[in-house]
Amino acid sequence: MTATSTPSPKQIDSSCRLPLFTLFSGAAVWLVMSCVFGIAASMTFHKPDIFAECTVGTYGRAYPAWSHLLVYGFAIPSGLGVGLWLLARLGRVEVAKPFVISIGAKLWHAGVLVGLVGIMNGQTSGYEWFELPRYAAVILLLAFMLMAIWAFVTYSRRNEESLYPSQWFTLASLFWFPWIFSTTILLLQFFPVRGVVQSSVAWWFAGNLLNVWLTLSGLAATFYLLPKLTNRPLQSHYLALFVFWTVLIFGTWTGIPMHSPLPAWMSTLSSAAAVMMIVPMLALASVVFLTTIGAKTACGGGLLCFSKFGVLSFNLATLAAAIAACPAIARITDFTWFNHGHTTLRLYGFFAMTMFAAIYYILPKVSGVEICPRRIKGHFWVAMPGALLLAVPMIIGGIKQGLKLADMSAPFLDSTKVAMLGFRIGTLGEVLIAIGALIFLANVLLSIISHYRVIAKSAIADATAKQPTEVRL
Amino acid sequence: MKSSSTIFLAAFIALSASWAAFVLVPQIQLGRADQAKTVPAEDKYPVARAGLAAQGAEVYRSLGCVYCHSQQVGQQGVKVEVVLFDAGTNTSTTLAAIAKVNPEINKPETITGLPKEIARVADIAASDALVKAVTAVGGKVEVNVIPTGSDISRGWGKRRTVAQDYIYDSVVQPGTRRAGPDLANVGSRLADPNWQLNHLYAPKSVLKDSVMPSYRFLFEKRKIGKVASAEALKLTGDSAPAAGFEIVPTDKARQLVAYLLSLRSDAPLFESPVTPPPAPAPSTNTVAAK
Ligand code: HEC
Repeated sequence: MTATSTPSPKQIDSSCRLPLFTLFSGAAVWLVMSCVFGIAASMTFHKPDIFAECTVGTYGRAYPAWSHLLVYGFAIPSGLGVGLWLLARLGRVEVAKPFVISIGAKLWHAGVLVGLVGIMNGQTSGYEWFELPRYAAVILLLAFMLMAIWAFVTYSRRNEESLYPSQWFTLASLFWFPWIFSTTILLLQFFPVRGVVQSSVAWWFAGNLLNVWLTLSGLAATFYLLPKLTNRPLQSHYLALFVFWTVLIFGTWTGIPMHSPLPAWMSTLSSAAAVMMIVPMLALASVVFLTTIGAKTACGGGLLCFSKFGVLSFNLATLAAAIAACPAIARITDFTWFNHGHTTLRLYGFFAMTMFAAIYYILPKVSGVEICPRRIKGHFWVAMPGALLLAVPMIIGGIKQGLKLADMSAPFLDSTKVAMLGFRIGTLGEVLIAIGALIFLANVLLSIISHYRVIAKSAIADATAKQPTEVRL
Repeated sequence: MKSSSTIFLAAFIALSASWAAFVLVPQIQLGRADQAKTVPAEDKYPVARAGLAAQGAEVYRSLGCVYCHSQQVGQQGVKVEVVLFDAGTNTSTTLAAIAKVNPEINKPETITGLPKEIARVADIAASDALVKAVTAVGGKVEVNVIPTGSDISRGWGKRRTVAQDYIYDSVVQPGTRRAGPDLANVGSRLADPNWQLNHLYAPKSVLKDSVMPSYRFLFEKRKIGKVASAEALKLTGDSAPAAGFEIVPTDKARQLVAYLLSLRSDAPLFESPVTPPPAPAPSTNTVAAK
């Protein structure tokens, strides 16, 4: 295409405005809500009878509400928003049908709400990481398709032919989700398979969601942000490509726990894949190291901090998962809080922190209003310790719990009790994350409001500026 | 990577491989499993839940018990005991036959004071040689296969759970976490419905330092009418209601307990043998009958 038809970055950013405002503001609201349920769930371990009369707060409902809102409410819409912007910016093209995408985003948020109400009413599907009842799942699938199709059209209309790694990651994530989600809806909720095949499908889905989808969507942002924030080129495209391939090849096999009633070959394959995830992890570590080394930018609680902490958490979580996939260790850590610990590190430490960086980077461009750096820093300095305080005690508590479980001379309750300390510290972490989420919500909403306020002001200014001339005429 | 079709092709190939292995193959291998025969009794196993217990499975799912309780028993190995019942008419030939297979037990005490365990071997195949040798000379031996492992020592089951145990469950909830004990066999371990009801209402009333949340919302507190309800929980101490009141389980509570009592997966199967077989299941309909 000719250079003249290429829109300016400003035009591109403003074409993203409507969908991004919808996606990000909804995501921020769900994140806050998810923290509320997370805190409620962890209260059970302080005071088991706290929700004895209250079905909404009971652990078996608050916990799935937490994970549902965190993954479907916050993670996927923010990942989609960031991905959409990346496709538009990197392709030097305006977003196709922004209005339709924003309808898709509204539909998505409505689906999340319907799912939440379903879970609260006891209509949980009963599968971890796929808690939503089927009517909500169908809404989410439709909404995703609506957004993904126009994201893809945006991409195919691009003016810049050569591809940047972030585009591969985003495109693969757009392809991945509808496949795994529709398979799971069909085989678990519409034509349920029998017996343990259900568990197999559910675990396959969870592995692909947490270890592939989140990774693809998160790293798309990381690979864009690191060079931008440090003002250095990505080192190198080939390594990033290698990360891409290995995440696809190994990540998709993870998910089946070592201990399960499924045939042994399945968990063996899955564990081998979890160990192999060390390969993309090392490649990612080298990309980040080579790209940021010698950079003059100080991190100081700003965007670079978010992004680097995200990579660090990804590496720690992947390493922990790989260690726990060794049979001798899985014998201790399976069925404990250990796996939950590194999954929360992946969700909060890696994905959420990366998304915060990306959204704080993108939002000012789209809204035309800067976000006060102090509020960003404040967010980092509560969210970072929050993520660590939530995940690390859970990982350590899980090991203690596992050792007690394996010790036949210890009564069962000891195993639950040794993990309690981890939980109590974890609640503090969850509270810090919640404070961070509130700051995030404020930052997002203030950006959006100030954007419209600026527009309103200039409209008024225009009107008042014109009036005198009109009067004179 | 120049063209986007490579990206989609890569994603397609990677995802379809794991899809085939973790969705398609299990469906072909296990998705059509039907009732099997227990070994050696040849009873049909498993039997689908009906009535209250089937409704209770829904209550269990809807309350998210799975986030704290697994329903699967692991096993690290088996202990195979060879028990000699009868040394035959010519004890010295029997002893010689045993000695040929296992020189360590070539002692005269081996064949006195029967029946008794004469050998412990690593697997069923290893016991076969001994069984053959002794039966050949007119003796009588039996082999006990006893699964081992920490779950089994905790009393959570007699054997590991296998795919067959779950064929009639929907939603299958093997669970991934054990904040509470495994429940795959809770019906044979804690078969008293009143215990279960009390435990759900106030876990601390049956286990002093329990940390399981209580499910008081599954019960109704009401004023005792002319006669106290026969269904009312018998509670003492802190959890007992104020005088003049009684605690009566709702339908949901009774369904849930019927389901818990139906949880039992210890029938000896070909792929997961246990001998001697566990005692037959107690009736799980005591709650239903109320
Ligand atoms: C927050 C975690 C948690 C949740 C949720 C939970 N439990 Fe428990 N459960 C425990 C703990 C801890 C124990 C061990 C202490 C005890 O026996 O009270 C336990 C014990 C049990 C036992 C006794 C098992 C045994 O072998 O002693 C049964 C039965 C049981 N739970 C059923 C349920 C049911 C049914 C639900 C869902 C309505 C449920 N639990 C939800 C934590 C939980």
